[in-house]
Amino acid sequence: MYAQMVKSTGEGVKTLDEMAPEERAFQEKVDQDIRIEPRDWMPEGYRKTLIRQIGQHAHSEIVGQLPEGNWITRAPTLERKMILLAKVQDEAGHGLYLYSAAETLGVSRDEMTEMLLSGKMKYSSIFNYPTLTWADIGAVGWLVDGAAIMNQVPLQRTSYGPYSRAMVRICKEESFHQRQGYDIMMKMAQGSEAQKRMAQDALNRFWYPSLMMFGPSDANSVHSEQSLAWKIKINTNDELRQKFVDQTVPQAEYLGLSVPDDTLAWNEDKGGYDYSEPDWDEFFDVLKGAGPANHDRLDARKQAWDDGAWVRDGLLAHSEKKHGAKVAAE
Amino acid sequence: MSKEWPLWEIFIRGQHGLSHRHVGSLHAPDAETAVKNARDVYTRRSEGVSIWVVEARHITATAPGDKGPIFEPSESKVYRHPTFYDIPDDVGHM
Repeated sequence: MYAQMVKSTGEGVKTLDEMAPEERAFQEKVDQDIRIEPRDWMPEGYRKTLIRQIGQHAHSEIVGQLPEGNWITRAPTLERKMILLAKVQDEAGHGLYLYSAAETLGVSRDEMTEMLLSGKMKYSSIFNYPTLTWADIGAVGWLVDGAAIMNQVPLQRTSYGPYSRAMVRICKEESFHQRQGYDIMMKMAQGSEAQKRMAQDALNRFWYPSLMMFGPSDANSVHSEQSLAWKIKINTNDELRQKFVDQTVPQAEYLGLSVPDDTLAWNEDKGGYDYSEPDWDEFFDVLKGAGPANHDRLDARKQAWDDGAWVRDGLLAHSEKKHGAKVAAE
Repeated sequence: MSKEWPLWEIFIRGQHGLSHRHVGSLHAPDAETAVKNARDVYTRRSEGVSIWVVEARHITATAPGDKGPIFEPSESKVYRHPTFYDIPDDVGHM
């Protein structure tokens, strides 16, 4: 997911009896699928966990523009270039919807940006992998956006109103992203031998990092247990990963590409595929900053933030000057 | 950190003559820029034909705690709805 390893209170879920009246009323609303709105009472842990989760999700949308932006100037046709531009622009919008949702919890967007740049907040591990060929842009849309959709569709029902509404908007747009990715993959997979090899290579490199997006198994995690009780997480990581594999394998077969997993096999009993886990040591290394592109991504964000400072300040100064002149004229 | 741009709430009127509807918010240095940004963020797929922007600090809202006293009185006034009245079928459509 775009939000991985989000820590909650770490204290375990309280029963309704253990809760003070305010918290019990809150939990009962959540249990009845009544949305929590910004000015409603909420436990401090809920607020903080949501800021971490929505903030990380927002950062992922913004940083996620970088690996794709890398190919805007090199897209193979003008049409592909326009489509990619539109998609990257959507990602900026998604970041904005999510920052706005997080802001209703009492943190400012600039504060969140500063936390991203200082390393206090994270973004999804997936964007620390480079996009080396045009087929990677196809694989990112197909697999990365496909994995994101798995998580975002259920989150439309999340308990926090502004987050849920942001998800509804995002899901409407996300389907275009996945389909445009698959469209690129189809073109490549049906193309020349060299194009097919490129498509297979992209699948090989993006398969396991895509499975990592869901995060390690959280079957016994107290953090996930609390997030599930608060309905800011709807499914476990393993449930979503299984769903993703089951959906994606037939799509790969259609393309005539093979999933880079020798143990992959249909399991009739569970009605899903058995598959190999990704290398979780690699995942933790990437989270710690040792992925192939961590430095590039953060450097690019820092540079954009620093280089844009005079624009932000200048426009505000201009606005204040105009306002001052208007007041003086009255 | 430099000063943050103010927050604007965005309202869009769709194609079919309905009222402007709140769609989200964004930061902008002034109203004109807020309109331009709203166009780019909230109408990329022909969602609207008109945009209103209002600086968030100018909005006054009901407090969640007052929900009962403010909204509950209307729940007991069923006679405000047309379905409260039984009109014989013989009268025809009304």
